[in-house]
Amino acid sequence: MGMTIAEKIIAAAAGVDSVKPGDIHTVELDRLMSNDGTTHLTVDMYRNKLKHPHIKDTKKLVFIVDHNVPSDNPKTAASQKKMRDFAKENQIDFWEGKGVCHQVMMENYVRPGELIFGADSHTCSYGALGAFGTGVGCTDFLYGMVTGTSWVLVPETVKFNLIGRLPEGVYARDLILTIIGEIGANGCNYQVMEFTGEGAKTLSISDRMVLCNMAVEAGAKTGIFEADEKALEYLKEHGREPKAVYKSDPDAVYAREYTFDLSKVRPVAAKPDFVDNVVPVEEVAGLPIDEAFLGSCNNGRIEDLRVGAELIKGRKVADKVRFLVVPASLTVYRQALKEGLIDIFMEAGAIVMNPNCSVCWGSCQGVIGENEVLISTGTRNFKGRAGHPSSKVYLGSAATVTASAIAGKIALAGEIR
Amino acid sequence: METSFTGRIWVLGDDIDTDIIIPTEYLALKTIDDMKQYGFSPLRPELAGEIRKGDIIVAGKNFGCGSSREQAPEIIKALGIQCVIAKSFARIFFRNSINNGLLLIEQPELHDHVKEGDEVTVVMNQHVDHNGKQYPIASLPENLMDILRAGGLVKAMRKLNGLD
Repeated sequence: MGMTIAEKIIAAAAGVDSVKPGDIHTVELDRLMSNDGTTHLTVDMYRNKLKHPHIKDTKKLVFIVDHNVPSDNPKTAASQKKMRDFAKENQIDFWEGKGVCHQVMMENYVRPGELIFGADSHTCSYGALGAFGTGVGCTDFLYGMVTGTSWVLVPETVKFNLIGRLPEGVYARDLILTIIGEIGANGCNYQVMEFTGEGAKTLSISDRMVLCNMAVEAGAKTGIFEADEKALEYLKEHGREPKAVYKSDPDAVYAREYTFDLSKVRPVAAKPDFVDNVVPVEEVAGLPIDEAFLGSCNNGRIEDLRVGAELIKGRKVADKVRFLVVPASLTVYRQALKEGLIDIFMEAGAIVMNPNCSVCWGSCQGVIGENEVLISTGTRNFKGRAGHPSSKVYLGSAATVTASAIAGKIALAGEIR
Repeated sequence: METSFTGRIWVLGDDIDTDIIIPTEYLALKTIDDMKQYGFSPLRPELAGEIRKGDIIVAGKNFGCGSSREQAPEIIKALGIQCVIAKSFARIFFRNSINNGLLLIEQPELHDHVKEGDEVTVVMNQHVDHNGKQYPIASLPENLMDILRAGGLVKAMRKLNGLD
């Protein structure tokens, strides 16, 4: 029986010829990433709950401070110090202030064919390069750190056959929200979302990351693309070689198949408090906002900043609206500086922040107050996700968010242009 | 782990996410015991104070969706909840719960027939009983049961290593 890309990666990691959905395997992990959201808990367990603990292979570990950076109170400062000291003691790669963990991982570590565990739900992003990344809790992370292995239940794969090309002014962000709106917030629970077809080839690596990153918002274990020429080119530009390039077999078995015509996708927004509560932007246009956020591991890359800057150039952020612009990594930030984008945002009255998770994770910076409304390129719009339980989060593309920042209310970019 | 147990139930809806189970702003608190009073606070601020040891949560689909924060199952366990019965669970939450020794049971129909304050009886690996009706439940794979019986993954590791 044929296998999908995800099944091939698991089979290789388990050291077996083939796997099928439902099997439980012990797998060797290629890499483990943890951030300041939970690393201090892992360190506590490592030190206090295990006798003579030992890290299997420190070279496989990456620690990234990105959630509250720079630290915003003595408690986070203490937990970050714990993480920093532990990384130093154990010669673990350590990044701080260099970007949101998934963007840092994509720029510096991820290789096609790898099986990567991250103590963060959006680890599924790495499928953009044909890797199997998945989010786990700190106990799973601890187990992987100590043994170099973990267990996986082989998930079924769902095929998303993409055809056509996204129209001008419509983005991968609109596409993934459209997909989640259609299949639901648990539409692919414990499954793999494999994006394929001619339409998939038209998408950039950044677009692919947008899709894979939000696979978890449909409940998926991961999202994945075949590593094609574009992926290999990205890898080469970043000085890396693939571990293995897998393609799904023609006779691979899929749990379901969907077809999405990219040319029919329109700008959409996800309304509070669920990511699958998706409507055309027109339906929520005119709703006054207090804050707009352009950033996150989903939508804070140079491509997204270009969209925002092009739109806001020569215009101003609306009176009494905060427009937060947060590049996803230092690399993105410096590129934006070079291209003059940061100047455009500042000229328009945006607040440009250092690379970090920012308001997408509802702590550290940009948190919204009682009854306030945020339009965001972040990953989630759960109740209270960005601050006060009564506040509301709408999700949209970089274009929709920037247009809304200019209008002071939810707006279509087409109307601003 | 008991082969059967009875508990009073709290009924929650669909898509109970990890930001509802424990909002980000309380994650900086030092211990799970400090955090647990804020469990479910965006949805029902009074709930954490009213849950008693041995209670059971019955919820709709996609319970635990969202972030990988392991404080979510830890808080539910610390509040004294002995198991969560839902139509379905989000996968990271599922793993985290097993790893922390919190029992989760999938049952697609029960939620539609119960009201808060009712009692249900769980007969492990067989069925959940409510008002004289039996709702069938699947049994967990043996390797996951081993983790649960040990009280979580770390404890299971200690057992494997002969430390306990």
